[in-house]
Amino acid sequence: MSDTGEAPVLLHLDGLTKAYPGVVANDSVSFDIREGEVHALLGENGAGKSTLVKMIYGLVKPDSGTMTLRGQRFEPSEPRAARADGIAMVFQHFSLFDALNVAENIALGMEKPPKMGDLAAKIKEVSEEYGLPLDPHATVGNLSAGERQRVEIIRCLLQDPKLLIMDEPTSVLTPQEVEILFETLRQLSREGTAILYISHKLEEIRSLCDEATVLRLGKVVGSCTPREKSARELAEMMVGEVLHVPERAAKDAGEVVLSVSDLSVDSPNPFGTSLKNVSLEVRAGEILGIGGVAGNGQDELLAAISGEAKTDQGAVTVHGKAVGNLSPNERRKLAILAAPEERLGHAAAPDMSLIENALLTGAVRKDLTKSGFVNWGASREFAREIIKKFDVRTPGSTNAARSLSGGNLQKFVVGREVLQDPDVLVVNQPTWGVDASAAASIRQSLLDLAERGAAIIVISQDLDELMEISDRFAALNEGSLSDARPAVGLTVDEIGLMMGGAHGMEVAHSHPDEHHEGATS
Amino acid sequence: MIRLEKRATPSKQWSLAAPLLAVLLTMIAGGFMFAALGKDPVEAIRLIFWDPILGEFADYFRPQLLVKAGPLILIAIGLSLGFRAGIWNIGAEGQYIMGAIFGAAVGLAFYPAELWIIFPLMVIAGAVGGTLWAMIPAILKTKFNTNEILTSLMLVYIAQEILKSMANGLLKNPEGHGFPGSRNLAHYSASSNPELIAGTGMHWGVVAAFIAVIAAYILLSRHILGFQIRLTGESPRAARFASVRPNLLIVICMGLSGGLAGLAGLFEVTGPAGQITDKFNVGYGFTAIIVAFLGRLNPIGILLAGLLMALTYIGGEMAQLQLSIPAAAIQAFQGMLLFFLLAMDVLTNFRIRFGREAA
Amino acid sequence: MDLSSFDPVVLITTMMIAATPILLAALGELVAEKAGVLNLGVEGMMIFGAICGFMIAVNTGSPFLGFVAAAVGGAVLSLLFGLLTQYLLSNQVATGLALTLFGLGLSALLGQSYAGIKPPSTEKLDLPVLSDLPVVGPILFSHDLMVYFAIALVAGVWAVLKYTRAGLILRAVGENHDAAHALGYKVVRIRLLAIMFGGACAGLGGAYLSLVRVPQWTEGMTAGAGWIALAIVVFASWKPWRVLLGAWLFGGVTFLQLYLQAAGVSIPVEYLSMSPYVITIVVLVIMSADKNKAAMNAPASLGKQFHATH
Repeated sequence: MSDTGEAPVLLHLDGLTKAYPGVVANDSVSFDIREGEVHALLGENGAGKSTLVKMIYGLVKPDSGTMTLRGQRFEPSEPRAARADGIAMVFQHFSLFDALNVAENIALGMEKPPKMGDLAAKIKEVSEEYGLPLDPHATVGNLSAGERQRVEIIRCLLQDPKLLIMDEPTSVLTPQEVEILFETLRQLSREGTAILYISHKLEEIRSLCDEATVLRLGKVVGSCTPREKSARELAEMMVGEVLHVPERAAKDAGEVVLSVSDLSVDSPNPFGTSLKNVSLEVRAGEILGIGGVAGNGQDELLAAISGEAKTDQGAVTVHGKAVGNLSPNERRKLAILAAPEERLGHAAAPDMSLIENALLTGAVRKDLTKSGFVNWGASREFAREIIKKFDVRTPGSTNAARSLSGGNLQKFVVGREVLQDPDVLVVNQPTWGVDASAAASIRQSLLDLAERGAAIIVISQDLDELMEISDRFAALNEGSLSDARPAVGLTVDEIGLMMGGAHGMEVAHSHPDEHHEGATS
Repeated sequence: MIRLEKRATPSKQWSLAAPLLAVLLTMIAGGFMFAALGKDPVEAIRLIFWDPILGEFADYFRPQLLVKAGPLILIAIGLSLGFRAGIWNIGAEGQYIMGAIFGAAVGLAFYPAELWIIFPLMVIAGAVGGTLWAMIPAILKTKFNTNEILTSLMLVYIAQEILKSMANGLLKNPEGHGFPGSRNLAHYSASSNPELIAGTGMHWGVVAAFIAVIAAYILLSRHILGFQIRLTGESPRAARFASVRPNLLIVICMGLSGGLAGLAGLFEVTGPAGQITDKFNVGYGFTAIIVAFLGRLNPIGILLAGLLMALTYIGGEMAQLQLSIPAAAIQAFQGMLLFFLLAMDVLTNFRIRFGREAA
Repeated sequence: MDLSSFDPVVLITTMMIAATPILLAALGELVAEKAGVLNLGVEGMMIFGAICGFMIAVNTGSPFLGFVAAAVGGAVLSLLFGLLTQYLLSNQVATGLALTLFGLGLSALLGQSYAGIKPPSTEKLDLPVLSDLPVVGPILFSHDLMVYFAIALVAGVWAVLKYTRAGLILRAVGENHDAAHALGYKVVRIRLLAIMFGGACAGLGGAYLSLVRVPQWTEGMTAGAGWIALAIVVFASWKPWRVLLGAWLFGGVTFLQLYLQAAGVSIPVEYLSMSPYVITIVVLVIMSADKNKAAMNAPASLGKQFHATH
């Protein structure tokens, strides 16, 4: 791997440019990917990584610039054409069909799939060869996030790709599963497959990649050999400024404010995860970080605390008062607030103005209604206050929520709850898809809130974030919550085990004969 | 290549212009339809849209405008609340029939007493009848998750059968010489819904329609329930997060729309129609769906759309009399109007771009 | 009241004939819904097919050409729905309703001068020996060809959806249109084809009413059959063979109520006439009561708008 510098160039990008109304997503991007090389594409959210790979995969046509694949002009008109030329892609948001089985999902990604029976056998064979065991007849909707990713990878491998594009593949994996994935990728690289690896996780890139290209605001701002740089240097290349790390003062935790005991909730969604006997406590002034791979009960836990899902009355108590059967607004009256993960469509209504979205959760605590009639003036004031105090960039409070960028809307959503002065706040994925400076300010606001004595739960898939702001850490795995442990001093390995480890597949690479046992967990 | 680009915020201008453009396009396409039927298209369009208000015999037709628009507006206001929340009551025709039957039954039960209380009681009974009929799909939806579109529609056919049965049985006029149909409620002063101001067509149903428009306007713009209705339609999950109880909202919206449709039926059977017959309903419940959409589910818009749709009814009758254009042509014409409106709607939410396609 | 004339063979044969229009329409709608499109315009497409088929059959004297015209008519009308919902991104529920209202009006307009005419009769299967067999003969070998065609179509749709790549792609589009698009499938084009198939089937179903079952043209003659077809798709949990079962069930109910009317049962005619609608509601309630099951079978993208953003 280390000597790919001499390998022939597989894909040459020259001056690729793509503009959308109001934003240049890619501005004259040029670089080379060599055969068998693991090439990192680094950049913050919004740096233009997704647009670039969509152009390579034939989903988006560049406005100008050229691509050359093995010396031939490469202009894929659609993904089918790109696949025919040996380009394969594993999507960040999986392009899978829940109601179909594994083999059907894989057949859909192939040009000329063999008969279903032959395909199933082939899937078993390839999946075992690469240490990614899969049952071809399982319904995809019932698989874990890690297994779903394996379906995508196998789908790509069956096409014998020359270039495999992976978009943020580790966000759905536990640290142990990440190691197994890397083993697979190294094996592919040894066999001559080039990999374009998109990520903003710097340690991963340092351990896996041979070369790196850094994008910022659509432009290539540098390239390097990641092993030769420190994570901090890479970060500064990516962000273009010196990073600000939130401050926090150590202090004693207060009395228990929120207590959840033996909480079990069935998921409303047929492919969702039910919560199983979840117990936790959060004290005044404390931040409890909850990690775990997406889809392990995070939404359900937030719903049970916010009041969207009703539970046994005693399963959730605040200041000793049982609140399990109260509605979201009744809980808001008791200063229990929440900010869900899905910004558009859950935390905020996309086509409604920021004023209306301020009313959405603020009606009770900000006294925005009087005998059922809305005080629009006060709602506007509240919206303006959020916009001002949380530096939400928008032309005005009458703009629709969906006109805001992800980071600005996230600041609005978190700000809306923080400014209502909660005793208990649950936030799911507070900085998902948000650029570094906005993320830092959101984290700081949560720390400040804890400082003022609120009990806070932060649910996130970003372990670095959790380690940075939590006092204690717990992990959700298939609807069960691990015991919470002090965050200081936890190792990555320990965290990984709390998240469910490698889900029983750690044997895959070391003992090729034992796949079947490994796959059944 | 033409492509669509989603607007960050829906366009206010297009939201107003789209219905007008749709009416214009319908006139053009309708003109072609009339030409295909061998009629003079200009003459036909003039008869439908101009003569009823400003033509030679307008004095006779103008009152009809409010008579036809009243029930359309009343029903459409109710439907629009549900449609906004994503609750599809398309069985207003059935609720209209049941309102008329309930109301008429109360009136006939008192016959021939002359008490001032009779008419108010009939009004209440009409609203109750429509509401109860709408509660069937509402409860099936909340208890069993049954699709309200299909159940509310099936209930129209059932209501029609009940209407036939009533006209031929229970409510049949004992002095009607064996002809189907009830006594004429409009001829019996305690139960009649007369024209309030001579020559205007204004009756109690029209008054109720105006009140409904104002009430709906205040509800949607000022009241938290209106906010919850809009929120639910746009984003059901955000609505639950905002403490909206979806099932309660379904019951409220279905109940309101059923009640208003029932009232429309009651005012019709006591006024313009006069009696329960097996041909009492003429499709107002379905046309009101067009009115609701044409009015952008907005109370003021519905008021205007109801008047416009009433115009096509009256104009259609004139066209039928003077050019012998078949009555069905007007129905096709109204359907066309809804099509064009839905097509024009794209301009409200999307910008049309000419140029190379992105994907 | 006279129930002595009850003949189970007549019950079955009549049931099969009464079921055919709804079976065709429901099968077409099933394909459209499998592709993720909710077309509430079935009633409108059916009645438009009924009049198109009737006009052509009367003018050419050929029921076959009538059925062809009905399928084409239904497909053309559905294309209107397709263009609006797929290209102009209009709301599917509202557009479907518009299609029904428009179809009812347009067909009434076209059918002005066709009321009271008798259409040319559609030939029935007449096999030597087989058709004359007792019991089996009338049930299996004596129908008109459309009855067999409809049943064959059930088998065809089932096989295509289950075993072919085209069927797999259709299901994939209905399940998750964004993923299908990301894999490079032409979501809009596939959906348009499914919508037109649905329109053609509804048209055939309508023509069966006006050419065989009734057989004559009257305004509004579908009387809710299109809506019942929509209900049958739900009843069938989007499975073709269960559509057949649902249609036969409905055909049986129709036969029974007509039979009881003829037999002079002491229930008022109106209450017998409403029974198919009442039973449709009851069946819908039973099918939807199990929330999880209903949600698992419905195509996940059903009725949702698709707009490629990149």
